[in-house]
Amino acid sequence: MHDFTPISGFAGGALIGLAAALLMLLTGRIAGVTGIVGGLLQPDTADRGWRIAFILGLIAAPLIAALFGAPLPRPTMNGSLVVIAIAGLLVGFGTRMGNGCTSGHGVCGFARLSGRSIVATFIFMTAAIATVAIARHVIGG
Amino acid sequence: MPVLASFICGLIFGAGLLISGMTDPQKVLGFLDLFGAWNATLAFVMAGAVAVAASGFAIARRRTAPTFSARFLWPDRNDIDAPLVGGAILFGIGWGLAGICPGPALVNLAGLSLPIVVFVAAMLAGMIGQNLFGKNLWRPRTMAPRAAETASLPSRADG
Repeated sequence: MHDFTPISGFAGGALIGLAAALLMLLTGRIAGVTGIVGGLLQPDTADRGWRIAFILGLIAAPLIAALFGAPLPRPTMNGSLVVIAIAGLLVGFGTRMGNGCTSGHGVCGFARLSGRSIVATFIFMTAAIATVAIARHVIGG
Repeated sequence: MPVLASFICGLIFGAGLLISGMTDPQKVLGFLDLFGAWNATLAFVMAGAVAVAASGFAIARRRTAPTFSARFLWPDRNDIDAPLVGGAILFGIGWGLAGICPGPALVNLAGLSLPIVVFVAAMLAGMIGQNLFGKNLWRPRTMAPRAAETASLPSRADG
């Protein structure tokens, strides 16, 4: 069972919020990972530089932490590679279709009090809770 | 400068995900497992993130332009449409299966573990698939009478 860590959770969350605030204050952009990555995958996107830079920043964070002795993130994942691939497809397709994920709708959308984002967040949270309930307590139970 | 600023923001965002524990799918699944041994950490992460982001956005609202670019690109849609709902459901199912969403997937990519590489490759394929085919899946059936109206909607991404 994994530890409940409210203090590091809140502190890390504050850093996520700081990054979202700074990206808007400095570049005028919403820190939504889906929109940033998805824009790169569209042929007609003109502004690629800042998108690539943000993604490189995300990947650089654990590499810099590793310089100070932190282990590289190699998380334990549930399920077979087939299930993981299906999950990845659903996450990629769904976030693009719904125009956002946990960062864009969840963090930035709630911070803007966007009705659209709040609705989306409640829906994907509910779908995820239902999926875990079925996987762990119906099928796996 | 905007590119450097964006890199630093990505770095801070990634550090936040690591410190908060949200790069660990087991911790995320622990939050989503309402009917098991519930782990409330994700709620504290969201609270911290939304509080600081909302404060920063309030400062931005009082300014005329961002520091390194011409204007603020606030999302400009308020409508709740079929793709928003359908996309959120599909994303939620995938998130519940793996415990990983796009931000943590990219941070975890640094460890190059096989499951994460498979997940990110599938996620990018899903995004490309949606770019190519997604719009035709729902529009003809559900939105055909309002096609012109839909086409005129501003479409700046929420996130």
